[in-house]
Amino acid sequence: MKYFMKKLITLIMTLFLVSVAAFLAFQIIPGDVVTSILGTEATPEREEQLREELGLNKPPVERYLNWVTDVLQGDLGESYRFSRNMNEMMPVAELIGDKLPVTLWLAAVSLALIIVIAIPLGVLWARSSSHFLDAVLGVVTQASMAVPSFFLGILVTYLFGILLKFFAPGSYVSYQEDFAGFLKYLLFPALSIAIPKIAMTARFLRNSMLTEMQADYVRTAYSKGCTRQRVMYGHVLRNAMMPVVTFLGMIIAEIVAGSIVIEQVFGLPGIGRLLISSISTRDFPVVEILILYITFVVIFVYFLVDILYRVIDPRISEK
Amino acid sequence: MKKSGTGKWNKYLTAGLLMTGLALLLGIVGIFWTPYSTTAMSAAEKFDAPSLLHIFGTDNFGRDIFSRVMEGMGTTVVISTLVVLFSGSAGILLGALTGYFGGVLDEIVMRVTDAVNGFPSILLTLVIISILSSGRQNVILSLGIVFVPSYVRIVRSEFIRLRDADYIRRARLMGVGRMRILFVHILPNIFSVFWVSVMIGFNNAILAESGMSYLGIGVQPPDASLGKMLSDAQGYLRTAPWYALAPGLSIVWVVLGFALFSEGIRRRNERVS
Repeated sequence: MKYFMKKLITLIMTLFLVSVAAFLAFQIIPGDVVTSILGTEATPEREEQLREELGLNKPPVERYLNWVTDVLQGDLGESYRFSRNMNEMMPVAELIGDKLPVTLWLAAVSLALIIVIAIPLGVLWARSSSHFLDAVLGVVTQASMAVPSFFLGILVTYLFGILLKFFAPGSYVSYQEDFAGFLKYLLFPALSIAIPKIAMTARFLRNSMLTEMQADYVRTAYSKGCTRQRVMYGHVLRNAMMPVVTFLGMIIAEIVAGSIVIEQVFGLPGIGRLLISSISTRDFPVVEILILYITFVVIFVYFLVDILYRVIDPRISEK
Repeated sequence: MKKSGTGKWNKYLTAGLLMTGLALLLGIVGIFWTPYSTTAMSAAEKFDAPSLLHIFGTDNFGRDIFSRVMEGMGTTVVISTLVVLFSGSAGILLGALTGYFGGVLDEIVMRVTDAVNGFPSILLTLVIISILSSGRQNVILSLGIVFVPSYVRIVRSEFIRLRDADYIRRARLMGVGRMRILFVHILPNIFSVFWVSVMIGFNNAILAESGMSYLGIGVQPPDASLGKMLSDAQGYLRTAPWYALAPGLSIVWVVLGFALFSEGIRRRNERVS
């Protein structure tokens, strides 16, 4: 419990620091919002008036507090570029709203693929003494590190989309219209994110299992008459999975980052694609919220992994 | 690096050297000269498949893809080199000072380093790029900043390892100045380890640079880039798959080359110690 509280305080501190950094980066450094709204031709009086309206004349600490309060209350600001109608700019919250599920589902499908494929593969790899499997998986791991994610996405499109015709590239199905079709379309983008991570996770699990197999308790288990199956799945795998959980936590952070690129490759209308287009058009309010959001997700996942690690391995004593 | 006595040439080193050597050579030549013009269009030669005349084929404007790959490789080589120079020297400076002296500076630098390392590097790059906007200099600057922590870490741990070595103590005893100890006595001895991270740094820089130009937030035309070529080629995947394969495989080639090279150096270091 003490450990949990300590981690919680660290979490809150980190979130605070990140929000300050984001505030500094997007509200202070980019210069004058007023010029970007009114253009360079506006009169000084008009500029001063708008500055007062937007609260830009207040001291930075007060501006930060106002901004945080707004964000916490769900007022994420308004886009500079997208408009809802003639007179109103699009609120960022609305802009993100229907794009978020796409990214979340993409991440979920990727993670599912990684777990479902990498864990059996890692076990198989650890158990087999076949040099062939060793060589194949070794090459795949090496190669997957040299192939950039966007090129891998294009290769997947070419192989599965154009040569094998498993899916039609570019014909994205909205999740609101046809959820099953949506998931089916997500499968290949998710696969592009997952392939390198599968190789990494399987390799990690294999190494972890090989280390565990040297442990004393394995010999004890054999000597009391456990079968090989029972030793492998009942004893070794359970212990070997613990570092893998931490590893998967890091993988989740990378999936989130990876989806930014993969959404672009497959034309998925998720927040990653919105982020890139907002950066190109210098739509700061949108970029700010998205970066903040993605960073928070990453931090929160790390936090959960820390806690989960404790739960599954009570041996780690509370210092 | 002395050639004799420090271990033998191995196959990783040879393969890596050949692959990167070829890519770098084509890239550097590509800055000054290409077999065909990279801008001249030719309607008659649109989407020619790879042949002896155009070994990587031609694109949607009938331009020679091999020439454009050479030019793009040139951009990538220049940018990655500058990124590595920037982040490598900043890393050496910070790593040396924090590792050797410790103290408050060490504490602060390590905290920041840990924080940056904890996040996917693409996020910080995107923040910097969105503030500075895209373009050649800004790509170099943002990647340069983002990659500093990875060097700080390795340099710092080497300086900590060596700061109490006998020969350093003796140098101190003889009254050698601090800066001389740092950069003349210790620095040359960390290079065998440092080279490996330089190679990895090159790879990360190449991947990040091409990724950014693929997303359209990296170098801007008229600067040629492999990433931009890939994103253009994606639309013609059905009719001209070689258009996408050429820049893509070129990136894989150079990255794999550097990876083999660094693996070779690592193995050689292991054999020495």
